[in-house]
Amino acid sequence: MSDHKTIKITVLRYRPEEEDAPTEQTYEVEFRDDWVVLDALNHIKDHIDGTLSFRWSCRMGVCGSCGMMVNGEPKLTCAAMLRDYYPKEVRVEPLVNFPIVRDLVTDMTDFMDKLKAVKPWIIREEEKPVSEGEYRQTPDQLKDYKQFSQCINCMLCYAACPVYGLEHDFVGPAAIALGHRYNLDSRDEGIQQRQHVIASKEGIWECTYVGECSVVCPKHVDPAEAIQQTKVATTTNRFKSLVMPWGNKT
Amino acid sequence: MNIPMHDVLLVGGGGAGLRAAIAASETYRGADIGVVSKVYPMRSHTVSAEGGTAAVMREDDNLDLHAYDTIKGSDFLCDQDVVEAFVKEAVDEVIQLEHWGCPWSRDEDGRVSVRAFGGMSVKRTLYAADKTGFHMLHALFQTSLKYDAITRYDEWFVTSLLVEDGRVCGVTALNIRSGNIHAIGAKSVIICTGGAGKIFPFTTNAAIKNGDGMALAYRIGCPLKDLEFVQYHPTGLPGTGILMTEASRGEGGHLVNSQGERYLSEYVPGKMELGPRDILSRSFIHEERKDNVFKGPDGSYVHLDLRHLGEKIIDERLPFVRELTRNYVGIDPVYEPIPVRPVVHYCMGGVHTDINGATPIPGLYAAGEAACVSLNGANRLGSNSLTECLVFGARAGQVAAQHAADTDFADSASMARMAQDEQKRIETQFFGTNGKERVANIRDDLRKTMEEGAGIFRTEDALKTTCDTIRTLKERYKNIGIDDHSRVFNTDLVNALELGYMLDVAEGLAHSALLRRESRGSHARSDYEERDDENFLKHSLAYQTDGDPRIEYLPVTLTRWEPEERTY
Ligand SMILES: Cc1cc2nc3c(=O)[nH]c(=O)nc-3n(C[C@H](O)[C@H](O)[C@H](O)COP(=O)(O)OP(=O)(O)OC[C@H]3O[C@@H](n4cnc5c(N)ncnc54)[C@H](O)[C@@H]3O)c2cc1C
Ligand code: SF4
Ligand code: FES
Repeated sequence: MSDHKTIKITVLRYRPEEEDAPTEQTYEVEFRDDWVVLDALNHIKDHIDGTLSFRWSCRMGVCGSCGMMVNGEPKLTCAAMLRDYYPKEVRVEPLVNFPIVRDLVTDMTDFMDKLKAVKPWIIREEEKPVSEGEYRQTPDQLKDYKQFSQCINCMLCYAACPVYGLEHDFVGPAAIALGHRYNLDSRDEGIQQRQHVIASKEGIWECTYVGECSVVCPKHVDPAEAIQQTKVATTTNRFKSLVMPWGNKT
Repeated sequence: MNIPMHDVLLVGGGGAGLRAAIAASETYRGADIGVVSKVYPMRSHTVSAEGGTAAVMREDDNLDLHAYDTIKGSDFLCDQDVVEAFVKEAVDEVIQLEHWGCPWSRDEDGRVSVRAFGGMSVKRTLYAADKTGFHMLHALFQTSLKYDAITRYDEWFVTSLLVEDGRVCGVTALNIRSGNIHAIGAKSVIICTGGAGKIFPFTTNAAIKNGDGMALAYRIGCPLKDLEFVQYHPTGLPGTGILMTEASRGEGGHLVNSQGERYLSEYVPGKMELGPRDILSRSFIHEERKDNVFKGPDGSYVHLDLRHLGEKIIDERLPFVRELTRNYVGIDPVYEPIPVRPVVHYCMGGVHTDINGATPIPGLYAAGEAACVSLNGANRLGSNSLTECLVFGARAGQVAAQHAADTDFADSASMARMAQDEQKRIETQFFGTNGKERVANIRDDLRKTMEEGAGIFRTEDALKTTCDTIRTLKERYKNIGIDDHSRVFNTDLVNALELGYMLDVAEGLAHSALLRRESRGSHARSDYEERDDENFLKHSLAYQTDGDPRIEYLPVTLTRWEPEERTY
């Protein structure tokens, strides 16, 4: 332990009961090669300053709790290695485009409402009884939607999205991708019920295809692709509904 | 004060809690269901389960075979009536989840695929690549959104169970965001708070797994059953404890020691890498004693070698393993073996329930990892616990809803008073004093003593020391001081409350282990190496008292399978 390296972590602080506007605070912590940014935050909380608040749980990049801005980029802090920033100082801030509840904790109720609005569940005209067994779905049919089912609701894409930053009515990348995921599922018949949200003005048409959502997504969901596919499908469907006004599932 | 009231209240929104919530709302129309969860439900630790979930799906399999594997895996400490109900209902439950959109991996003909798993004699583990728990949890959560009868309390932390006239009638909970304590009334309360792996230093478990619900029940006089049984998973990453799923062995991966040998041929020749977890974890310790392991900064390890599987299989069936090893240890399993060692993974014990998830306390139910319905006995088979969440979550939900239909709410004024008392208790204990003890220090000391006394191998002396240490830690806890005295999103306070739960569960665990003077399943006593059916073919029940816990025993239910020697 002769070379005791340290690294500076500057975090945004905001305690609504004490201050009107956010401030920042810098901590100097031990640098360890195998630490992620979240480990440094936990070290601060446990041993230096218990008042620092942030969310985390799994520490393996799958629960989606620990999204924050790290040096200006939306990241899962449990998957961002400290060594990728060392020896430079690291700045940790709450995800942008969301109201701050406290310190690094943001308010995500808006997303929870939007998620529900796209009806992310299997919709069928008639449910098959469980006693009749599973629905058959081939690996190719699974592949159609699999990628869009990988979303961990981490909100990084919303933080990266310039449209959501300006227009909070925008349904946004993850919710659209999840609605699209069900539309593409061979077991589902609910596309019509989701269209008024997904294909609305606040849905896909708000998106200007900047594509930042897909760049930051840690799970390669590619929400921009979901939006693009829906735009294409909606346009063709619109023509189709002129030819076949009684409607049909594609 | 206006108190929200629900027919059935879930404490916990993981796999078990959400399954129970849906079952309760389907049991009778008009039932009003509440789900309290300290994290948004889709963050619950079910999300990190990787390998799969077991059910009899194929012609080469049958219910008795699944039952026998489970019973033998449990070292004959499970209740066999529970196992029989489980294997039967498992099938419908996994199909139900398929109907709810879970993206199970599929065979060419469109049927759900099954893979091999440790201790299972045929392929019966359904999976969604190696993100099974993630997909199951999101399918359950997203499906739950369509039930208008379910009200959620996201990021509310339960601090106590309310009891009136000997029955549970609700909870008090901290709204983490506002900092206020509220009473929530309920006719039935179901505890689905998950395991307690975080009382140990090296674990696959997430930060939120501190045994909260076990301690909540323990504190109102409900016994905790078979707590001494703690499963070590043989393949965690050293240091972080991140899990390398058993599916990596199910798909054909090898465990290799520093001599380049597949050392399991010495311990479980019949099963090799697919032996049960307790035996595999002990084999590692034997190899360590023989100096046949690699040494690293985070302790010794062996190799999990997947290279012979090839990139295609790894990417198709184990993509998460590749993602995790690349991110966290800079190793690509396509080209290099992965360093692994045993880490604490699962609590077989928990809140004592009957076959329907009912506890001895009226109005209180439990399901999932927090509960001990006695499916897993002394050692759980991998991929049985996700299914357990479904089967016994559903059962508990139904029975709790029926109970609610025949019960009245308790008096809301007295509940409001209890909530005020609870707020005062918490303010006095954590904000009123100038305690000198830090949460993190007591927690670290607790974890250390648990590893030393209640680890893979245990002895009378070491366990006694651990029991003594826990007693002093509980004293130190009274003198706790937290930095944060504000209200909004005070995670310092949450951590301090969690530490209280951890100490209670650790106490029950260590004392149960001390008195079980035999070796069975995951509980290996170096001083009592044999299984002792004459004296210990029974469940332990830990009751909280003012001093050390009182340990009582309960017979094991045998139906068709006589205990026999457990060899593989
Ligand atoms: C890494 C890993 C991999 C695994 N892989 C598999 C596998 O492949 N197959 C298998 O069968 N099993 C596996 N398991 C085990 C299995 O995942 C768990 O046993 C199961 O998911 C537990 O689910 P649960 O619903 O009981 O609890 P959890 O999913 O842990 O949920 C607990 C819930 O309780 C809530 N809660 C806790 N305390 C409080 C409180 N005080 N107030 C309010 N809410 C509270 C939490 O917010 C959460 O919603 C694995 C476990 C781990 C750790
Ligand atoms: S789409 Fe990607 S970035 Fe957006 S919430 Fe889902 S996982 Fe996160
Ligand atoms: S802590 Fe779960 S994703 Fe980072």
